Amino acid sequence: MDILVWLIPAALALGLIGLAAFLYALRSGQFEDLDGAAARILFDDDTPGKKGPR
Amino acid sequence: MSLLGRAAVAEAAQSAPACAHCGAPVPPGAGRFCCTGCEGAHHLVQGLGLDAFYRKRAMAAGALRPVEAPPADFAAHAVEEKPGLHRLELVVSGLTCGACVWLVEQALMAEPDVRRARANLSTRRLTLVWEGEPARANAFAALVARLGFRVAPFSPACLRASEDAEGRELLRALGIAAFGAMNVMLVSVPVWAGIDMGEQTRHLMHWLAALIGMPTVLVAGLPLYRSAWRGLRAGRLNMDCAVSLGVLATTAMSFSETLRNGDYTWFDGATALLALMLAGRLLDRAARRRARQSVAELLALQEGQVQVLGAPAPVPVERVAPGARILVAAGERLRLDAVLESEEALLDTAATTGESLPRRFSRGESLAAGGVNMGAPFTARVTARAAEGSLAAMGRLIERAEQARGRFPALADRAARLYVPAAHAIALLTFLGWWWLGGLPWQAALVPAVAALIITCPCGLAIAVPAVQVVTSGALFRRGVLVASATALERLASADHVVLDKTGTLTEGRPRLLPGDWSGEDLRAAARLARASRHPLAQALLRACPEAPAAEGVAETPGQGLALGEARLGAAAFCGLPPDPRGMSLHFTRPGHPPVTFRFEDSLREDAAAAVAAFRAAGLGVELLSGDAPEVVGRVAAEAGIALWEGGASPARKAARIAELAAEGRRVLMVGDGVNDAAALAAAHVSAAPASGTDVAQAASDIVLQGGGLLPLAEAVERARRAQRVAAQNIAFAFLYNIVAVPVAIAGFATPLIAALVMASSSLAVIGNALRLDAGGRR
Repeated sequence: MDILVWLIPAALALGLIGLAAFLYALRSGQFEDLDGAAARILFDDDTPGKKGPR
Repeated sequence: MSLLGRAAVAEAAQSAPACAHCGAPVPPGAGRFCCTGCEGAHHLVQGLGLDAFYRKRAMAAGALRPVEAPPADFAAHAVEEKPGLHRLELVVSGLTCGACVWLVEQALMAEPDVRRARANLSTRRLTLVWEGEPARANAFAALVARLGFRVAPFSPACLRASEDAEGRELLRALGIAAFGAMNVMLVSVPVWAGIDMGEQTRHLMHWLAALIGMPTVLVAGLPLYRSAWRGLRAGRLNMDCAVSLGVLATTAMSFSETLRNGDYTWFDGATALLALMLAGRLLDRAARRRARQSVAELLALQEGQVQVLGAPAPVPVERVAPGARILVAAGERLRLDAVLESEEALLDTAATTGESLPRRFSRGESLAAGGVNMGAPFTARVTARAAEGSLAAMGRLIERAEQARGRFPALADRAARLYVPAAHAIALLTFLGWWWLGGLPWQAALVPAVAALIITCPCGLAIAVPAVQVVTSGALFRRGVLVASATALERLASADHVVLDKTGTLTEGRPRLLPGDWSGEDLRAAARLARASRHPLAQALLRACPEAPAAEGVAETPGQGLALGEARLGAAAFCGLPPDPRGMSLHFTRPGHPPVTFRFEDSLREDAAAAVAAFRAAGLGVELLSGDAPEVVGRVAAEAGIALWEGGASPARKAARIAELAAEGRRVLMVGDGVNDAAALAAAHVSAAPASGTDVAQAASDIVLQGGGLLPLAEAVERARRAQRVAAQNIAFAFLYNIVAVPVAIAGFATPLIAALVMASSSLAVIGNALRLDAGGRR
């Protein structure tokens, strides 16, 4: 049972890292436009903003 | 929605030559474009090297046709972010697919001074940051408009609809609850399965579960506790009360079990229940949020600016003071109550009185806000501030009606009112029974009591109804029926009588050319002149003959007609003919040909008769109520197959008729589009407005119909009824589950494992039943 001393904190720490990542993503607005994010991935930036032909 | 759009584009491409920009069918031999706007937009896109857009877009044919919008001043809406750096927020209507987002962003980024352009597909919000003058805002807005999207400044209403602070809080709470539930499960499963687990290890597990579970319950449950508290303070027992009490009692009992090292703790049940509840709540919001945003977007496009004489730029309506003199351009909507100062004005008052023919006003007559200028530009003196005018009075009426409707008890709440006290009583009796009669110590007696509470926890109930709502409003959204109010579906399902407005609701609301004794050659020649004008009748003529080429050197006499050399198109007097009192018409004279008259009529919507039949088939009485002249109303009623009709109804009469019907015990579905319908819409049991209607009518309605047709509304009634049936089934099912599970809990046989199984399986069953609703719709 000694192994629990390691396994449980490790499991919890991993879970907490996931939760922190979720809260960070939420705070930085990554859940604001789920439809757009799904569509954006289909477009490659072959006309990079500032260098594009005018 | 995107699938539908793609199919429509593909179809159009096969059957007829399609416009290279907007995809609308083009008459053979007219070239690659349906109009000059599309041609300009196409060249613009090509010039920017963004052709890829046309291969990747997925939208309805014709949706991207650039239209001329009344001038608006966007520079006033630009906000200075940092010195030299300005930001502008725009609503972009027509933004329906990823390709649109890409096109708009890339086209703006190609401007050298733009720093950031980001379009949000969910909220249709474009955020633009650039270096330099705020005045550049107008150029950027014009660029987006030239591509075929309609733009408007981001209004406070849009902001309310899209800035969803509460939704974000729910999402955060859900994340925390899900984390808590999964990790408590990690230590709970060993306890359930731990046959040879020692006492001390079990105690450690209990403490670990408490360490994770208690903060989770406290933090993630806040949105529910707050709602429960609000309900209690208003003297109502809502679903959240039951959930909050269940979760908190379970947590407290588990903590007491942890302290005395009992067999089981129930933290896993409490956290999983929270996560489920929050997920249901979030789904429910998401479904309605989309509809609310679309409605806010429609309203933002109508939110206007006014040309005040003496002011350098258009002024937002709410800042115009009484006494100001305003200029109303041809085709523009009058947004304030005013007195006419010009000699004469021709106003389309369909929205304010329901009359289908434009009315002539002379100097000194007062004009009610809401009319559209059909003649020459005129000046008028404003008599009331926007907040005190006739439109605002209507707005206050609508608010009152909405409050009354807000009190309509939703099905789930009605069920909860019976259910919650019963569940609590059972739990209390279980506790007292085991403590007094069973002789257990109070801590042990708590366990079966709380087990009963968590099993009766209206999980099924709380998910049963939202699941049905989500599926149904999603299906309706895809058909262009926007359900903006929470209880609208329930009220729609119970409607038994339809009252329809005529102008703009049953009819198109815009003139259409009638067949007459003119030749196709006459029409083409007249349409060439008409192309030069924005007058509604000229536009209607052009719609009948869109392939006519533009003519050079057409001179327009505003409110009178158009002249090209000797050829004249316009009012009878303008063409040198005797006056013609009959309806909407345009006269056309040219040398060497006899004069011809083009007559116009506001024709029925294509699906009007079918929709009336569908309403009747669904068992609803149908009635036509219009402010227009009785003979016109009678003719339209006969055409649409409506037996019961009334013409010449004033706005007050309309509202009174609705009240009359309500007094007879009817539940009225009112459909209308005008300012004159708003009072009736607000008074009705449930109401709908077409997206082409006035903003006042849309604000007064529960449902907005996008895509211009009544048939989807008739289908929506059927769908709403089916949804009600499934919701009732779900609630009955949840009750049945409890009847089986509660005795087990009362007897003290329930373990956390059983509770978890019961909870999960009943929720899944209820959700599965709700999904059945969509099965027929998608195919």
